[in-house]
Amino acid sequence: MTPLLTVEDLRVSFPTRTGTVDAVRGVSFSLGRERLGIVGESGSGKSQTGRAIMGLTPNQADVRAKKLLFGDMDLLAMPPKERRLLRGKRLAMILQDPKYSLNPVMTIGLQIVETLKTHERISSKDARARVLQMLEAVQINDPERVFDLYPHEVSGGMGQRAMIAMMLVCGPDLLIADEPTSALDVTVQLEVLAILDKLVAERGMGLIFVSHDLRLVSTFCDRVLVMYAGRVVEELSSANLDQAQHPYTQGLLNCLPHIGSHRHPLPVLERQKEWAE
Amino acid sequence: MAPMDTSAVTRRPQRRVPAFASALMRFIVMAATTLLGLLAVTFFIGRVIPIDPALAIVGDRAPQHVVERIRLELGLDLPLYQQFWIYLKQVASGDFGTSVLTTNPVLTDILRVFPATIELATVGTIIGAVLGIPLGVLAAVKRGSIADQVVRVIGLVGYSVPIFWLGLLALVLFYAKLGWVAYPGRMDIVYEYTFTPTTGFYLVDAIWQGEWDVVRDLFRHIILPGALLGYFSLAYISRMTRSFMLNELSQEYIVAARAKGLSEARIIWFHALRNAAVPLVTVIALSYAGLLEGSVLTETIFAWPGLGLYITNSLQNADMNAVLGGTVVIGAVFVGINLLSDLLYRTLDPRTRSR
Amino acid sequence: MSVVEQTVKPYSREWLLSDRPQSRRQAKLGRAYVVWRRFGENRLALLGLVIILALLFVAAFAGVLAPHDPLQGDLRNARLLPPGAEGYLLGTDDQGRDILSRLLYGSRLTLLVVVLVAVIAAPVGLIVGTVSGYAGGWIDAVLMRITDIFLAFPKLVLALALVAALGPGIENAILAIAVTSWPPYARIARAETMTFRQSEFISAVQLMGASPFRIVMRHVMPLCLSSLIVRVTLDMAGIILTAAGLGFLGLGAQPPLPEWGAMIASGRRFILDQWWVAAMPGIAILIVSLGFNLLGDGLRDALDPKEAGQ
Repeated sequence: MTPLLTVEDLRVSFPTRTGTVDAVRGVSFSLGRERLGIVGESGSGKSQTGRAIMGLTPNQADVRAKKLLFGDMDLLAMPPKERRLLRGKRLAMILQDPKYSLNPVMTIGLQIVETLKTHERISSKDARARVLQMLEAVQINDPERVFDLYPHEVSGGMGQRAMIAMMLVCGPDLLIADEPTSALDVTVQLEVLAILDKLVAERGMGLIFVSHDLRLVSTFCDRVLVMYAGRVVEELSSANLDQAQHPYTQGLLNCLPHIGSHRHPLPVLERQKEWAE
Repeated sequence: MAPMDTSAVTRRPQRRVPAFASALMRFIVMAATTLLGLLAVTFFIGRVIPIDPALAIVGDRAPQHVVERIRLELGLDLPLYQQFWIYLKQVASGDFGTSVLTTNPVLTDILRVFPATIELATVGTIIGAVLGIPLGVLAAVKRGSIADQVVRVIGLVGYSVPIFWLGLLALVLFYAKLGWVAYPGRMDIVYEYTFTPTTGFYLVDAIWQGEWDVVRDLFRHIILPGALLGYFSLAYISRMTRSFMLNELSQEYIVAARAKGLSEARIIWFHALRNAAVPLVTVIALSYAGLLEGSVLTETIFAWPGLGLYITNSLQNADMNAVLGGTVVIGAVFVGINLLSDLLYRTLDPRTRSR
Repeated sequence: MSVVEQTVKPYSREWLLSDRPQSRRQAKLGRAYVVWRRFGENRLALLGLVIILALLFVAAFAGVLAPHDPLQGDLRNARLLPPGAEGYLLGTDDQGRDILSRLLYGSRLTLLVVVLVAVIAAPVGLIVGTVSGYAGGWIDAVLMRITDIFLAFPKLVLALALVAALGPGIENAILAIAVTSWPPYARIARAETMTFRQSEFISAVQLMGASPFRIVMRHVMPLCLSSLIVRVTLDMAGIILTAAGLGFLGLGAQPPLPEWGAMIASGRRFILDQWWVAAMPGIAILIVSLGFNLLGDGLRDALDPKEAGQ
């Protein structure tokens, strides 16, 4: 069976005044209907990998890959319009902070309706019903009321649920979640993750979970890619986290405190030039 | 709001109206003090700066007894603060004095000519907004391209060109040489006898009465001064639109909109522009106010019988009451437009609406 | 002195761009150099600078450059000659005066207006703004109300009323424009002052016992200068246009002074047949105010990279 997503030697570079910056430098992996975590510090290229798959890289950037296949469709070779119509329909992405990623002057309900109407011929009445259903699916208790609220009128957790609803309402096959809980309060994080977890399981989606938090990713995903300076330095299954070989991964793991142990001095994340080679 | 309360939603409906009303109250108080200050300034200009205010009002050819009468009316023998109080009472009752030039009360004159200026400034603003917003959007979307540079230069020239000069050249070209537009003035003399305006806004009146010949003639008269003012408004609006759009297009909600699979056209014209529209309203209001000012020179060139021409004619004839009356009215309209744009801003932006 | 001094030649590029300036002067020059480089990358801004430098040059050497007397014309032989007529590059006006010579001399009046308005209005705005921002409280409230009142007037209309009361003439026009120009400067200076009123270095100076007067004069005002200069430069074009408008209405410089706006007004009567009489001064105004706008834009982008291109 063909995998859901095949990425081979993905490269993303940005031209700047002082020369080109290579954000992603040869990332390869493939994904079935499973959960893959991508972990790395900021600037490691994890977010740009996700955006390149979605086709959301800024215009001036250069995106190349030996293969970038969604099912058996070549994402880089297809006309822009077809690729656009895949977004939101079969490929979707959740962004970090609902405070910025929802349009502030549009009600939440209409923003979700917009996704539906872009991809399906559907009457306004049916669209509204579908959206209310979706809002319920992300465990919003009174969807009728939330439908008419503006983003600034809801809490962060509620906003992120609306974001999830907006991206999943068309039933995509692959979801990329780019730090979906990093901007939320700790208590809300777990609830949002639980909702995401349930929906991904129920609908049998593939998931790419991009985060800086190795522990979080490992509890949530089947496999983890560790990225550093635009490359994958290690691929692990979540069960075997403690067998990490690469010193960078070990460093990430060591950053976490353990109950009952005293650590002086606190470990500092090491970075060595040769890892980036 | 407690972070634990995950269904927490800030309460909206009840608070909305009082917040709006209190903002309105605050602004009205501010507008009132500004108006008071405005009158203080015009009082100062009219009564304190001139060596003999009575002479400044009636002119130095007036007979002695007239000058004396005015002196008494103004209370020039009283202390300044009492004079100011008299001035305020007069203005409050709509008395700006009598125009030497027209011998009418200044307020009557202003009410007669002001619709013409409003009509011209409105046409100018419509032209400026209809062309300026798309140009600004284009410049922002194609940032750094030739189109962006062209829009930038069009705007800069608009900021730099003397309006009365451009008006003169435009008249020579489009009226004298090409004959595309009508001669200076508001409408052909023939229609002065056949057409009776009801509101003073001739275009509206003519359309209302179904006088299509008159509408066409009015259009041929207003198009050139309107386009000229429109150009200045365009320069400002396109520049600000570009800046606002660049800001909106770099926001995360634009990435989210792309991730939903929306077309670029919808993202630009619906999502980004709808957000940029909130500050743009203020810009358009400011540009409208600016056109009222620009009309002073434009009306002189195009013999447009509005407030600008009234003020400059009065200036030329040292008709101080008329000049100051016109100044107060334009200042008051400025304050009013600011109030209006602030209120519009609040209704357009859901974030300020409920705050 | 140090190793760096030996390896890097003073006043070289490396010296200017050094991360570790050895002296105050090197730091200042280095900063200026960085601003200059950003400015230099902007061709339109350079064009603006060239225009303004040319204006200064022309104003300084009008006496040498002008081929004819700007006030006395040749009424008998040279009335209303078209551009290119022998000896009259831009033609002559109705009094037989060479338009080019009048434009060259007129540049002095233009420069006089912008410089005087800037010299009057900018310090007033700076003082009102910094005092208002630093003092806060009711002083701030009162000063800002006054500023708002002046902002509420349309500039040109207020200037018209003022000149009507003061009487026409270039001095009164300058005064009137200055009176209408200071409020935005006060706003800017106040906003700048507010941003660093609470900052550590102001507290440090306060602790050392400096009087509020000294703090405002020596520490607050200098920091407001760069944004003020940009704003004044951007306003220059508007000042020129207002002055020309007043001149056009006969309220600014009086004949026979070769003020550009007044020249357009006197050419208006001949506009259909002798277009150049009114057209030439307008072109001069356009070029000069365009120059100030380009320069101001470039300065803003160079001094404040955040805003660049916006």
